[in-house]
Amino acid sequence: MDSVLLETKSLHRSFGGVHAIRDVSIQVHRGTIKAVIGPNGAGKTTLFNLIAGTIPPQKGEVSFQGRRITAWKPHAVAGLGIARTFQTTKLFPHMSVLENVMVGRHPRTRSGFLAGMLNLPCTWREDCEIRDKALAILEDLGLAGYAGETASNLPFGRQRLVEFARALATEPILLLLDEPAAGLNIYETKELSDLILKIRDRGITCLVVEHDMSLVMNISDDVVVLDQGQKIAEGPPQVIQRNAEVIRIYLGDDYGPCQE
Amino acid sequence: MMRLRRYWPVAAIALAVIVVQIVLSLAGTTYYMTQLTMSAYYALVVIGLCLLMGYAGQASLGHAGFFAIGGYTVAYMTTVNLLAYRDTGLIRALHWLGLVVQWRNLYGADVLSFSPWPAFLAALALTGLIAFLIGVPVIRLKGHYLAMATLGFGLIVYRIVLGTKALGQADGISNVPPFHLIPGLEVNGRSAFRIQNYYIAWALVLVSMVLAINLVHSRVGRALRSIHQSEEAAHSLGVNTYRYKLAVFVLSALFAAVGGALLTHYNGSIGPSEATVMKSVRYVAIVAIGGMANLWGAMLMAILLNFLSLRGVFGTFDDAVFGAILIFIMLFAPQGLLRLPRLRSLSSLLSRRPHG
Repeated sequence: MDSVLLETKSLHRSFGGVHAIRDVSIQVHRGTIKAVIGPNGAGKTTLFNLIAGTIPPQKGEVSFQGRRITAWKPHAVAGLGIARTFQTTKLFPHMSVLENVMVGRHPRTRSGFLAGMLNLPCTWREDCEIRDKALAILEDLGLAGYAGETASNLPFGRQRLVEFARALATEPILLLLDEPAAGLNIYETKELSDLILKIRDRGITCLVVEHDMSLVMNISDDVVVLDQGQKIAEGPPQVIQRNAEVIRIYLGDDYGPCQE
Repeated sequence: MMRLRRYWPVAAIALAVIVVQIVLSLAGTTYYMTQLTMSAYYALVVIGLCLLMGYAGQASLGHAGFFAIGGYTVAYMTTVNLLAYRDTGLIRALHWLGLVVQWRNLYGADVLSFSPWPAFLAALALTGLIAFLIGVPVIRLKGHYLAMATLGFGLIVYRIVLGTKALGQADGISNVPPFHLIPGLEVNGRSAFRIQNYYIAWALVLVSMVLAINLVHSRVGRALRSIHQSEEAAHSLGVNTYRYKLAVFVLSALFAAVGGALLTHYNGSIGPSEATVMKSVRYVAIVAIGGMANLWGAMLMAILLNFLSLRGVFGTFDDAVFGAILIFIMLFAPQGLLRLPRLRSLSSLLSRRPHG
């Protein structure tokens, strides 16, 4: 089997005069964790949005499992098995935790308007399955105690986890995590990195945008560095850590190679 | 068991409907049933709008337009006189199929017009089609912009019915015949049919409530609520947000059309006042006072307020009352009247949501 799961080729996207993403080509291999790092405004989230279909690229291509999915709509991308979380957690605030995760079953279930209104036996059965699956996922992430709680009442760290659970409910092949550790304390971050590793070990490929260097260096198999919309380095974390250009971006010119 | 738990309010309301009928009959005040029947038909519009606005979060200030399209379509089709064309092949064929009937109107004139059933189905088809055609471009709009676009649609429908000769202009269409649903049951406003029609209308409201409640608790209902609460997240989870919004827009228009068509048969007439923007505002106000995402609240408020309005309690301030309600709700109880602290226990009784 081809080991490249997701590939972008010379992606380009600008907003007004700002080149958010310039000629970015990356490959994500099956069963790995790939991290996207870079300073603020480097275009990391834009890259995510281009892959997930939230915004279309102006140039370039995205392919998933060998299939061109450039500019596909988010719901179609989700249907293929790409799930995502957001930089600022986007739960459905007035729904219960369980219902939030149940929405995640959407692409794997089918009942329509008519079936829903008539509540036919098969509709009811499917709904029971949705509920059981969602409960099992909550159980797995240690969130079962919150199932009936309104999502917005949960502490921030738990909300993050619920968003995770919701994305996992879609049974993704590829999981896009946009700054999953933002706003978490060190204990929660440790918990999170264990969780991401656990997800990877189940065969779900992860693409992670992250600021937290310790998290990135601990869990990722591969790192890509963006700066001002361009890819400036790519490789295993140990190599990236020693890359002079990366050090310059993060620590400033004084530490870089171009001292005069 | 859990499957049936969500239906207990339906049984409670059904019981209340029967009790009210018995009490009114014993007290010799059955005329109240006429307004309760009319209110029930208006409640159908509100149930549909509640799905669209309360659950899916999409505003519409054009629902009186859909109500009017439903009502005017059946009124026109069941009163248009085809007698002059009776010998043409087309009318003969329709006659043979039972789609047109000959009857005598109030003035003793013979009329050959469409039967109520085909007219009713045509009204639904036409309303659905128009809602779809309007929805395709406007449902992409968000918030105020969608409200304004649907407001524009409502104004256009009003102007068309007011200006079209075939639709009776300012007089509307009268002489609409009764609607024989099945042998022995007819939507008919004459006082001899009062009790029967009270039950027909209420049966329809309760069936609609069951359908709406089922929908809200289904996979589609969760998808609609998720669109309301975070469209971006819903989209990323595989919900085709555009298609769902469009579908619920058409569905809610169909609810309005059913209400409009049947009320027109019940009243025997329809006029342009049913298509005014103030009627649309009224429906929105009722959904808001009912608590937006609260089907029972919306349905009960639809009955209560329309009943009071039809009894003339608000006098010449009729429209002003609904405008005032909207202001009051937005200022003091944006979650709906039933969410005010003192009424909360009543509300939780009504909308108790088992998980599913």
